[in-house]
Amino acid sequence: MTTISATAPSPTPAPQGTRSGPLGLLRDTGIVLTRELRPLLHDPFSVIFGMIQPLVFLGLFGPLLVGSLGGQAGTTLGDGGVWQWFVPAILVMTALFGTSTTGANLLFEFQTGAHERMLVAPLSRPSLLVGRALKEMVPLAGQAVIIVLVMIPFGFRLYPVGALVGLALLAVFGVGLGALSYALAIAVRKQDWMFWVVQQTLIFPLMLLSGMLLPLDTGPGWMRVAAHFNPLAYLVDAERALFAGDLGSTTVLWGWVAALVTAAVGLTVGVRAMARSAD
Amino acid sequence: MIDARSLTRDFVVSRSQTVHAVRGISLRIEPGELVALLGPNGAGKTTTMRMLTTLIAPTSGTATVAGHDVVRAPGQVRRHIGYVGQGNGAGHTQRVRDELRTQGAIYGLDRRAARRRADDLLDSLDLTDLAGRKVSALSGGQRRRLDVAMGLVHAPPLLFLDEPSTGLDPQNRANLWDHILRMRAEAAMTVVLTTHYLDEADSMAERVVIVDHGEIIADDSAAALKAKLAGDRIVVTAAGDDARPLARLVDRLPGARDVSCDGSRVEAHVADGPAALPELLRAAVEAGVRVGTAQAHQPTLDDVFLTLTGRSLREAEQETPVPQDPQTRKDVP
Repeated sequence: MTTISATAPSPTPAPQGTRSGPLGLLRDTGIVLTRELRPLLHDPFSVIFGMIQPLVFLGLFGPLLVGSLGGQAGTTLGDGGVWQWFVPAILVMTALFGTSTTGANLLFEFQTGAHERMLVAPLSRPSLLVGRALKEMVPLAGQAVIIVLVMIPFGFRLYPVGALVGLALLAVFGVGLGALSYALAIAVRKQDWMFWVVQQTLIFPLMLLSGMLLPLDTGPGWMRVAAHFNPLAYLVDAERALFAGDLGSTTVLWGWVAALVTAAVGLTVGVRAMARSAD
Repeated sequence: MIDARSLTRDFVVSRSQTVHAVRGISLRIEPGELVALLGPNGAGKTTTMRMLTTLIAPTSGTATVAGHDVVRAPGQVRRHIGYVGQGNGAGHTQRVRDELRTQGAIYGLDRRAARRRADDLLDSLDLTDLAGRKVSALSGGQRRRLDVAMGLVHAPPLLFLDEPSTGLDPQNRANLWDHILRMRAEAAMTVVLTTHYLDEADSMAERVVIVDHGEIIADDSAAALKAKLAGDRIVVTAAGDDARPLARLVDRLPGARDVSCDGSRVEAHVADGPAALPELLRAAVEAGVRVGTAQAHQPTLDDVFLTLTGRSLREAEQETPVPQDPQTRKDVP
């Protein structure tokens, strides 16, 4: 079995220059992302299952919106009608639930030991966060295609460029949220049920105070004030603008600011948490 | 290969309680050595290993592993070591072959090299038939072999094994060790393991470092430790009630010390147990002393531990519960 050492890489592998810097981060993120996606490929049922929630909201909540807000098209809801208003929000919601629960997958890998092996491996630390968060975005892109196709007969108008930019914006926000979820998982790893308590406690107020499901314009003033401090509200507004084909507005700009700030804060907190995660 | 100097590690459990898990460990390990860190649970061996593998930072002290400082250049250290932790390195939702290839990619192998390396390792660790299975569907022994394969993907010059055979039945343990020793011989690898199995440290390691309460209390080959710190023991009983004549004969055996009498029972340390018994019996016949039973005990590492600490390793295990290393997940099979 001398072939082992013959075919093995030398103990000090030569091509290490690509390891550090942005290229290394990109490469490592790709590795983590691919690894995370593999179980999805082998088990597409989980992706289909992930489709259920957005479709439930479209099918059971959308008609209520049409009923109660349909008359406000052109005012509260913008020009495009209820579906134009609601479909981008559903995509944000899917991303929100997907990325905010990445920490739970991590908790499992914590318990089995797989996370520890990744920590001992020469992977750039942020790639462990970014790769995991992006993994949620890949099925989301597929879901977006299906949702859009389903909704076109109901009068949804697709602006492809805006939609693509919208998904990119969502990915940036998702990286931040995924990283925060990861940090949460590390913080509560000794009582893992806490993860869900905190996640649920935070996610619903964030969601309702973003105007995702119902417009805040009809709500009391304090809710509108609170929304000003909710990055998710800026993101939802920006997604609505982008899916309406409005690429250059200040709404979109604020959406990018919110997404980038979330990503920067998330990665900072997440990388710090990771450095201590083996303690 | 490893040069650790005065490593310490504290865990702050609460404001009023800090656990000193490692209290100053200095250790030099040369290339090619096979070293076991032996000690009861909570002795600090796993914490030491976690510092050497860059998982946790030392509270004080320095360590150079595979030529790089664990604090200043953790990335370089990671590139040159293989690590098999207490848990399963392979993700439970992943497939066996996929995880090995991913591991190859992580360590910089291109796609073709990663495939070939994965196939080689599957073959050498008898996992080829399981390559398409999900990791969660493997048995404990199979999963452990996969963990070892994962640690070997990049043919590291230094391999760390944290309690490699805990939870395996004797047959799987023996099998795992066959694989580890063969791979080590092929790749001229340095191997450092932690264990609380006495026989594992005794039979597998060429050098045993005994750790207790966060410090190294002995460091030598198992044979030397046993000879120096425990020595052979004989236990003989007199046929009658009076053991004193027999004890006097025992006392004259080469290297006899610590001769103790308890009723008809005489116990003593001697230089060479198996050789001492026939000699003693011959002397007893000549002196007309009748011997009831005679046994020679060769020392175990537990005797060494007992000599060093005044308690056996099994007693030390039960001393816990040390809030020790919170990450030491004893609940994971």
